[in-house]
Amino acid sequence: MSQITLRVNGGSHTVDAEPTTPLLYILRNDLGLQGPRFGCGLGQCGACTVIVNGAAVRSCITPVSSVRTEVTTLEGISPNGKLHPLQQAWIEEQVPQCGFCQNGQIMTAKAMLDKNPHPTDAQIRETMSSTLCRCFSHFRVQTAIKRVVVKGVARGTEDASPAAGREGLA
Amino acid sequence: MNMAYSIPETGLPKQIEELLITHRRGFLRTAGLLAVGIAGYATAGADEADAQSAAAPYGTDPGPGPYPIPDFHQIDSWIVIHENNTATFYVGKTDPGQGTGTAFRQLMSDELDIAFDKTACIMGSTDITVDQVGAGGSSAIERDSLPMRRVAAEARRVLLGMASVRLATPVDRLTVTDAVITVGTDPSKRVTYGELIGGKKFNVALTGGNVNSINGQARIKQIPELRYAGQSIQRDDIPAKVDGSLKWAVDVKLPGMVHARNVKPPFACAKLTGIDESSVKNLPGFIRVMNKGNYVAVVCEREEQAIAAARVLKTSWEKPKTAPFPSSEDLFDYIRSAAVAAPPAGGGQGPAFGLSRPVVTGDPDAAFASAAKIVEAEYWIPFQGHTALAGAHALADPSNGQMTVYSNDMKTYGMRRGIATFLGMPADRVRVVYMQGPQGFGRTAAEDAAAEAAWIAQQLGRPVRMQWMRDEETAWDTKAPAFLVKMRGALDADGRLIGYEYNARACDLNHLGYNDPQTTLIAQLMGTRSARPGGGSASMPSDSYSIPNRRMTADVVGLPEVWETPLRTGNLRDPNGPQAAFASESFIDEMAVAAKADSVEFRMKMLTTGTGTDAGSRRARSMAVLKAAAQTYGWDARPSPKPLDAGNILTGRGIAYSFRGESMVAQIAEVEVNRQTGHVFAKRLVCAYDVGFVVNPEAVRRTAECATLHGLSRALYEEVRFDTEKVTSRDWFSSPTLRHIDIPKKLEVLLVNGDPNPDRPDLPSYGAGEAAMKPMIAAIANAIHDATGVRLRRVPFRDDRVLAALKAARVSPS
Ligand code: FES
Ligand code: FES
Repeated sequence: MSQITLRVNGGSHTVDAEPTTPLLYILRNDLGLQGPRFGCGLGQCGACTVIVNGAAVRSCITPVSSVRTEVTTLEGISPNGKLHPLQQAWIEEQVPQCGFCQNGQIMTAKAMLDKNPHPTDAQIRETMSSTLCRCFSHFRVQTAIKRVVVKGVARGTEDASPAAGREGLA
Repeated sequence: MNMAYSIPETGLPKQIEELLITHRRGFLRTAGLLAVGIAGYATAGADEADAQSAAAPYGTDPGPGPYPIPDFHQIDSWIVIHENNTATFYVGKTDPGQGTGTAFRQLMSDELDIAFDKTACIMGSTDITVDQVGAGGSSAIERDSLPMRRVAAEARRVLLGMASVRLATPVDRLTVTDAVITVGTDPSKRVTYGELIGGKKFNVALTGGNVNSINGQARIKQIPELRYAGQSIQRDDIPAKVDGSLKWAVDVKLPGMVHARNVKPPFACAKLTGIDESSVKNLPGFIRVMNKGNYVAVVCEREEQAIAAARVLKTSWEKPKTAPFPSSEDLFDYIRSAAVAAPPAGGGQGPAFGLSRPVVTGDPDAAFASAAKIVEAEYWIPFQGHTALAGAHALADPSNGQMTVYSNDMKTYGMRRGIATFLGMPADRVRVVYMQGPQGFGRTAAEDAAAEAAWIAQQLGRPVRMQWMRDEETAWDTKAPAFLVKMRGALDADGRLIGYEYNARACDLNHLGYNDPQTTLIAQLMGTRSARPGGGSASMPSDSYSIPNRRMTADVVGLPEVWETPLRTGNLRDPNGPQAAFASESFIDEMAVAAKADSVEFRMKMLTTGTGTDAGSRRARSMAVLKAAAQTYGWDARPSPKPLDAGNILTGRGIAYSFRGESMVAQIAEVEVNRQTGHVFAKRLVCAYDVGFVVNPEAVRRTAECATLHGLSRALYEEVRFDTEKVTSRDWFSSPTLRHIDIPKKLEVLLVNGDPNPDRPDLPSYGAGEAAMKPMIAAIANAIHDATGVRLRRVPFRDDRVLAALKAARVSPS
């Protein structure tokens, strides 16, 4: 065991763990976060997705010691209770069934939109493709993403506030 | 350690910890509502309880356990009105994500006459909600919402009676709006539900011998009188599922809790011959190897430690002398020649245990003898897994001589009984706290992890969390039974279907019971299982076609070994429906092709002609969904297949229809088949759905969209593969599922209600959770045939199989 310091959702945490421990178990069991979840432990499903360095990362196969920069989890994208536009769209479209995969859907979509606020339909399908859902909510996930993409365009033209425009998709 | 996120002491969701465990149990106890039958509690008589509850409305928790089930004969077990004029509903159902919990609130708010947003609904925890079994069979709204409505209506009647006394006004001059009772327009004459009874009990008994027949004196409202029911109110479970605040069953943490992982036998019917504990003894956090019979698990302090230890533990196993099953490639030859399951000694149960008696109408032999054309076909549907997004899991807490299980089990009440029996504990010492989890569409009706966690917790005396890993769940979860269906049809000279034979064989002998302590996997591995398997079932097709001469059989066969194998069957979202419908609705299409008829017209003709006994509502509603689907799609009548497209992409469309109970569904698929790769892309799907009166249209539409895509996934990808000793589908590569790239560009769900008289207010609600998956596999097969002229009779339609079929038919170059 060794002392490992992690930056998560704007806070700093030092935990006692084996360096090879997958980040997922540290987030869930030591930091009490419940956005990222165990689905496969193999990097295949996306249920454990967090954002590191702007990229959607599968925390179940990421050794905790390899994480050097800030980690953002589902809990971290709605600071002060203000929902992220994707979360808002998820509610408006009534996306989840059981919801177990939705952490992965939302976090993967967020990492995509942060890099490319106006993805094409093909890019959305491609980027989201290895984020699985066994309730088959995919159609609504895509609809909700497109809702945010369209709103993002509207905000750019209608809303002069740069904060709202950038913040919206950041 | 800098902890921004505190883990609460018990790790329970706030609503369960505060509202349910403490207040609720105290309330039920002081209200004298818990069924009496245990020494410790029997002394607290009703009178004493009355006095207590008057003084302390919610009472206080008198301590942990026992946990009797609330008495469904009391209004108080279902509804609590709070002093602030809000209400909490307690129902014995579980909602794995289709929105039934919100629908219960809509219906009960309507009957009680209270604003929807002033209510909450608590579901499925055995010691605080009445036993309504839990979820299953799409029964939530169709059947189980009815007692809820009657109780709420009765509560309203009782409240009006109380108000009548309080306001000195006859009941028939009172009106109630949003839980406020008034007399005409006199503002001084008003009283709220909260003022009348807030925090106190009704103490009103209901009549009825079982939970479904429970009734009071009040009548429930007619559909046109309902205010919230029929509206697309946003589901109340969704916000917490998208903002990360929901506490799932996987999230519960208790002081002193440890982590367990199973070590599964490496092949079916393996006999454990040795465990080398020294292989894990020095691993960090190691606590104990658990073993009884062929059941092996490892317990460690931390989760990642348990995962590692379970991988490292050295075990040795002996192979069975004979193969427990054929390989998945040989499965259908096996099923075709297998002996039909004989009724067990002492008599079998149900028509499908043993040779089923053929269902015969007319004179099929004469019809085939006089036929102008006879068509025969055989259809193969493999085992398909429940394959939930995450494995089975549970946390079991043995504190205070009780056993509390935190689980996403859909049938918590059965789980409670099953675990009590398995552990040899009185049922009232066991409770199951229902929490959300990955939806398994029946997987949690025959759950495995809770019995394992509870057994280990009992042995260790510490709270134990069990979690199945991906390979374990994919290989060993329950499967939908494989089907082989032989069909034969006779056309007369005018192209009418005059003779029809359907012979199904379901490989379903070891179908698991609901949380059955005798068939759950740990019981099998420990050797404490029941003597004989569950028996299973096979199904006939569900259609309303008027075919004058029919003969149909549906039999069950078993694999050579039925115990301690990963090929265990269980109920998967309409357990036999998609299999039967794939065969029957593909075959109807084949008959239409043979008759050179349009496949919608061919079906419609068989629904409009004839005077069968179901000529009424079901037949009319069958036509209505077919018509609605065809109109929305823009179906142009022509025979199939269409002439081959030039180029690489072949397009086609297909239709299929069926029903489950009274829920009618017709689906149309438009596909693109790639000639080079064999890949099938469903470009557009239409689902016309008649589930009677719809309580929450958006929630039903979402459910139907997802069920339609579930059907697509089963059509294109899903198949449990195995060699002759083990399942080889073990992860998402070897067990593929539908992905975002496979999602249709257009997916339309039409809610059809009782056409030809649309929006018939007299239709009750029918189940909506399952039927929208039923015809989908056939619709895809029919569309592939329309596009290519090639008929696929084996599910799934994976690229390699489609390409091989296209090559054989010279549609693709070889
Ligand atoms: S749990 Fe990490 S990808 Fe599946
Ligand atoms: S919503 Fe249930 S797994 Fe995606």
